[in-house]
Amino acid sequence: MRRVYFDNSATTPVLPDILQAMQPYFGERFGNASSIHSHGQEARAAVEEARGHVAALLGCRSSEIVFTSGGTEADNLAIFGTTGADDHVITSTVEHHAVLNVCKQLELQGCSVTYIPVDSAGRVDPDDVRRALRPSTGLVTIMMANNETGVLQPVEEIGRIAAEADVYFHTDAVQAAGKVPLNVDGIGCDLLSMSGHKLHAPQGVGALYVRKGTSLQPMFFGGRHERSRRAGTENVPGIVGLGKAAEIARAQLSSRSGATAAMRDRLEHALRQIESSGVNGEAAPRVPQTSSMYFDAIEGEALVIALDLKGLAVSTGAACSSGAIEPSHVLTAMGLSGDRARSSIRLSLGLQNTREEVEFAIGLVGETVSRLRELSPVWGSQLRT
Amino acid sequence: MADIKTIAVAMSGGVDSSTVAAMLRAEGHNVVGLTMQLWNQRRLAGHEGMPEAVQGRCCSLDDVYDARAVARSIGIPYYVVNHEERFERDVVRPFVQEYLSGRTPIPCSLCNNHLKFDQLLVVARQIGADLLATGHYARVEFDHNLGRWLLKRPADVAKDQTYFLFGLTQEQLSRTIFPLGGMTKPQVRELARQQGLALAEKPDSQEICFVPGGDYKHFLDAYLEEQGESLPDTSGELVTSAGEVIGEHTGIHNFTVGQRKGLGVATGSPLYVIQIKGESGQVVVGTSEELYTKTLRARRANLIAVEDVSSPMRVMVKIRHRHEGAAAVLEKSGEEELLVTFDEPQRAVTPGQAAVFYDGEIVVGGGWIA
Repeated sequence: MRRVYFDNSATTPVLPDILQAMQPYFGERFGNASSIHSHGQEARAAVEEARGHVAALLGCRSSEIVFTSGGTEADNLAIFGTTGADDHVITSTVEHHAVLNVCKQLELQGCSVTYIPVDSAGRVDPDDVRRALRPSTGLVTIMMANNETGVLQPVEEIGRIAAEADVYFHTDAVQAAGKVPLNVDGIGCDLLSMSGHKLHAPQGVGALYVRKGTSLQPMFFGGRHERSRRAGTENVPGIVGLGKAAEIARAQLSSRSGATAAMRDRLEHALRQIESSGVNGEAAPRVPQTSSMYFDAIEGEALVIALDLKGLAVSTGAACSSGAIEPSHVLTAMGLSGDRARSSIRLSLGLQNTREEVEFAIGLVGETVSRLRELSPVWGSQLRT
Repeated sequence: MADIKTIAVAMSGGVDSSTVAAMLRAEGHNVVGLTMQLWNQRRLAGHEGMPEAVQGRCCSLDDVYDARAVARSIGIPYYVVNHEERFERDVVRPFVQEYLSGRTPIPCSLCNNHLKFDQLLVVARQIGADLLATGHYARVEFDHNLGRWLLKRPADVAKDQTYFLFGLTQEQLSRTIFPLGGMTKPQVRELARQQGLALAEKPDSQEICFVPGGDYKHFLDAYLEEQGESLPDTSGELVTSAGEVIGEHTGIHNFTVGQRKGLGVATGSPLYVIQIKGESGQVVVGTSEELYTKTLRARRANLIAVEDVSSPMRVMVKIRHRHEGAAAVLEKSGEEELLVTFDEPQRAVTPGQAAVFYDGEIVVGGGWIA
C-alpha cells in the first residue's frame, strides 16, 4: 500500500544529506568530545561546528547554545533553570505539554503561574502579558509557534514587555525554528528551545539558546559538559545531525518555506470545499507547514484511523500514554466547541512531501469525510434542521 | 478464501480477545485491533482507601502494551480509541448513583450496551469494518424462520457471558461476531499457545475493571471527593419487615440484598438484608425465609429472540451472573417492563442486577430488576 506521511509536526524523516553527515560519528569518528586525545578532538570539532550552525540559524553566539536530548529537555531546563521558590511565572493556555506540565509542577512546588488565554485565532494578547506581570514575576514562557495549529505568537512584543519589566523570556520554538526566519535578538528572548527531529535531524537531540548573562541552574549534575549547564556525554552523531539540519534550513529557508506554504495552501483550499469544514487559526499568521482543519459531524479520531488504514498519516490532538487521543487543550482554549475540537485533524508537511502527495491526500480526505458523515447520526440531524 | 471480510476486534490485552484477533487473522480476514481507553487509573490514585500507584485492570498501560504487542506479532493494524467521557457518563456515574439509591449495579452490562457494542461498533463501521468481533463467550446467529438475530449460550457453559449481553439490539447483533462461542477456555489457551501468543498463560480478569481490588465503597468515596462532591448522608434506620426499628445504619450504599455480615445488630437468629428503601433510607432485615420472593419486575427490558411478549411465556430466568436459572412465567406489565413470576420463590432478588430470560440455549431477552 502507498503510504503518505503528513504528520511532520510530530516528527520528520532524517534527510539523506543529514544521515550522511552523521554516519562517520557512529563508527570511525567515535570519540568522546571531552577526551584530550585526537579521537576526542575530532568529536569536539564536530560538536563545535554543529554549534556554530545552530547559532547561525538562531542569530546568536555559539557559546549561547546548550545541546540537550530534545525540545522537552530544553523546555524543562529553561523553566526550572530560571525559576526559584515563590517565583511567579507567566505562560499561555496553548503551550505544548513540555511547558504546560512543567508549570503545573512549579505550582506544586509553590510557584504561582498565570495562564494567559488566547483569542479565537489562537493568539495571545501581549497586553494580557503586561497586565499579568507582578513584582515577583521571574519568567515569561510563551511559545513561538503552536504545534497543533501552527499559529505564531507575537513573541517580539512579548519580548519587549518582558525586557522592560526585566523578566526572563523563554520561547518554545520547536515548531518554528528552521521553518520561519528567526533571530533571538529580534524576538528579545533570553531562552529559546528547539528540537532536531522536527527539522529532519534525528530524534533525541535538541538545543536551548541561553542568552549570555542569564542565570541558569542546571538540572543534571555530573561532568562539566556544555559549560556546566548540561552534564552528560554529548550525543555527537545527533548533534552533528542537528547542526547539518540547521545549516540546510538556514541556506534554504526562504525557498523551502515558500514551497511548503504553497502546498499547504493548495491542501487547505481544496479541503475547505468540503461542506462544513474550515481551518483552525486561519485568521492568525502561521508557520507554513501546519494545518489544523475541522470537518463538522465527524470524529477526528475515526478519521485519523480510517486515513491511516488507507495510507495517509495525519494526527489529532496529543496522544496520551496509552496512545489514545485526548481532547485538544489548544483548540478548546481557542473557544472551539468540544464537538468541533473533536472533529479536527492536523495535517503537517515536511521537505520530503510532494505536490502529487497533496493531491492524493485531498482525494482521500474528501472521500473519507463523506463516508464518515454518511454513518454519522449527527450529520443527518444537522441536515434536517 | 471466498469470504474475506474487514473485521474490527475489540482487544483488551487478555487471552480471549487476543486469540480472537489471531484466529481471524489466520483465517485470512483483514483484521484491525481496537482498544478502548475508558478510564484513567491515575485519577483516583492517592485518594483515601485507593492505591497510591496506578493499579486496577481497566485500561491499564500493561494491558494496552499487551494488546499492542499481540497486534504487532500477528501483523495487524492496532489503535487505541478514547471513550473516557462516555464511559464516565454512561457507566461510572450510573454505578455510583445506583449504590447511593440502594441498588447493586452491574457496570459490565452498561459498558457492553453503551460502549463496546455502541461506540466501538460505530468506530468499527467508520474505519470500514464489516463486523466487530469480541472475546466474549456467547454465540450469535441469524434464525431464518424467525427473521431475527439470536444470542445463544456458548459451548463453555462455565464461561457463559450472555448474562452481560442481554441489552444487545438486533442491529448490534447483526454486526457482531463471537468467535470463541464454540470453544472452551482450555481450547482457547491451547490455540493461543499454538499461535505463539506470549500472553497465553495470562490470568483471567475478574473484578470490576475500574474499581481497584473490588473495594467499591472506597471507590465511591474517592470518586465523589475527586468530583468535589461529598458522599451524601444515606444513613437511616434498620427495621424489621414488621416495621420495628431495631437500630441505625451508616448508609444504604454499604448494603446489598442478601447481606448477612456488618448489620451491627446481634439477635438470636441470623438476620439478612431483605430490602433497601432508597427513599426513606431504611434497610429492612429479616430471616432467611424472608429473603425469598416469588416475583420481580424487569424494567428497561430488551427482547432479542422475540419481537414482543404478547402472551405469557415460560422461560428460565437468571437473576445474577452466577445464578443457575429458575423456571418462571414472563408477561408484559408495562412499557419496556416485564413481570417475572417464578415457579419457586427465589433467594435475594437484588434491585439493580439484571434478570435475563432463557429458552434453552437462547437468550429471549432481559431487563433491570426494579
